[in-house]
Amino acid sequence: MSGQRVLAVRELTAYLQRLISNDGRLANVWVRGEISNLRRPVSGHLYFTLKDQAAALRCVMFQGRSRGLNLSLQDGLEVIARGHVAIYPRDGVYQLYVDEMFPAGLGMASLALQELAARLEREGLFAAERKRPLPFMPRRVGLVTSPSGAALRDMVTVSRRRFPGIDLVLAPATVQGDTAPFELARALELLGKLGGVDVIIIGRGGGSAEDLNAFNTEIVARAIYACPVPVIAAVGHETDLTLADRVADRRAPTPSAAAEMAVPVKKELEERLDILATRARRGMEHRLQMAHARLERLVKSRGMARPQQELYYRQQYLDGLEQRLLASWQRQAGAREQALQLLTARLEAASPLAILSRGYAVCRRPGGPSLRRSQEVVPGERVEVVLSQGRLQCEVMDVEEC
Amino acid sequence: MPEGTELKFEEALQKLEGIVRALEGEGLTLEDSLAYYQEGIRLVRLCRQRLQEVEGKLQALLVQEGEVMFKEISLSGGGGNGD
Repeated sequence: MSGQRVLAVRELTAYLQRLISNDGRLANVWVRGEISNLRRPVSGHLYFTLKDQAAALRCVMFQGRSRGLNLSLQDGLEVIARGHVAIYPRDGVYQLYVDEMFPAGLGMASLALQELAARLEREGLFAAERKRPLPFMPRRVGLVTSPSGAALRDMVTVSRRRFPGIDLVLAPATVQGDTAPFELARALELLGKLGGVDVIIIGRGGGSAEDLNAFNTEIVARAIYACPVPVIAAVGHETDLTLADRVADRRAPTPSAAAEMAVPVKKELEERLDILATRARRGMEHRLQMAHARLERLVKSRGMARPQQELYYRQQYLDGLEQRLLASWQRQAGAREQALQLLTARLEAASPLAILSRGYAVCRRPGGPSLRRSQEVVPGERVEVVLSQGRLQCEVMDVEEC
Repeated sequence: MPEGTELKFEEALQKLEGIVRALEGEGLTLEDSLAYYQEGIRLVRLCRQRLQEVEGKLQALLVQEGEVMFKEISLSGGGGNGD
């Protein structure tokens, strides 16, 4: 730009805009000051001035940013704001476009953590839609914790009590100290890749707030997010949630509670199965009873008019079903035997043999189906008459039509 | 432990519940109800088997020279013998 030429206002402003936007430091600054002149128009944007004894800075926080503000703003409040500086050409002022704001009482470490949390939240790491359900019955439970800590013992004890047979796989990791974040992330990754692990608990015992640092690191949060298997966080603290807690699919107040979430009670599952098996059997028995009742009605109503053939068909059909039912039951434990005996007794009660005992007989060719019409045989042919007890071998003397 | 064999436990249990409801209802023929019953019995056995087949191991993962290995571990202080 030449010093000689007369500039339009907009040209000078554009020049200043370029200067400012090319300054990397102004693209992301933290500023501390006291809020004054706070205005909150219906647009939802926030306008205020940050000031100290010597200077003032105009600020704007757009509605999209201020919506997530976890802070009740008022004039006089001392805050730390983060954002970028830019020119507002129309008024010819520079201002801070605020992305985030915290009460000034917080230390830098906690500010950085809040910033990280806000960033991960924007990326969707904490999204409720993303939480996965825990498996109903895991094949193996992965444990990420210290091999020497109380957390491991608690988780093992609880899961053994609930379901002694569940396999547990520990991926050991230091839970505090400089290497802890890396070790925790790596342990999660190993378990996730292993296969057969259906849920993972990442946990530690109780302790001071400093001990939680590893669970507040980006690498651990991202490892939980990337884990192909649902993760339960059991970081063991009461007040602030760690990033690990917020990313995890579920969180538990203690390692023991996490194990309770992950491992079903075997006895309850067995009882549920027993109940279902009993209901299935009763349903089936009821079916058979109904079938027999129908058969009985048939015997009573049409037994005379249409003698045995129909009955035999039905009986054979029921016999077949009973056979298959028997086979099912035999493959089951012996506990079903009593029920089967009862059922067999009922089956027998409905048998055509019972009808024969009332004085009816079946006539047939030896080994053949029962005869229904006299024309089915000719004089001189041998027939067999089945009685309730014993059989008669007969020769047909004469055939009469009815 | 075999992986991915047949149905998952939860699916088998849900299927079983459906079968039991059908058997308790009135919609099935005798033939069908027997087939349902047999399938129900098969699922009960499958689920029971699944409850039994886990081994109750406690293992730790170790990485040695880039290889992931399992090592059986027990809790010091005798917490590892189940109950």
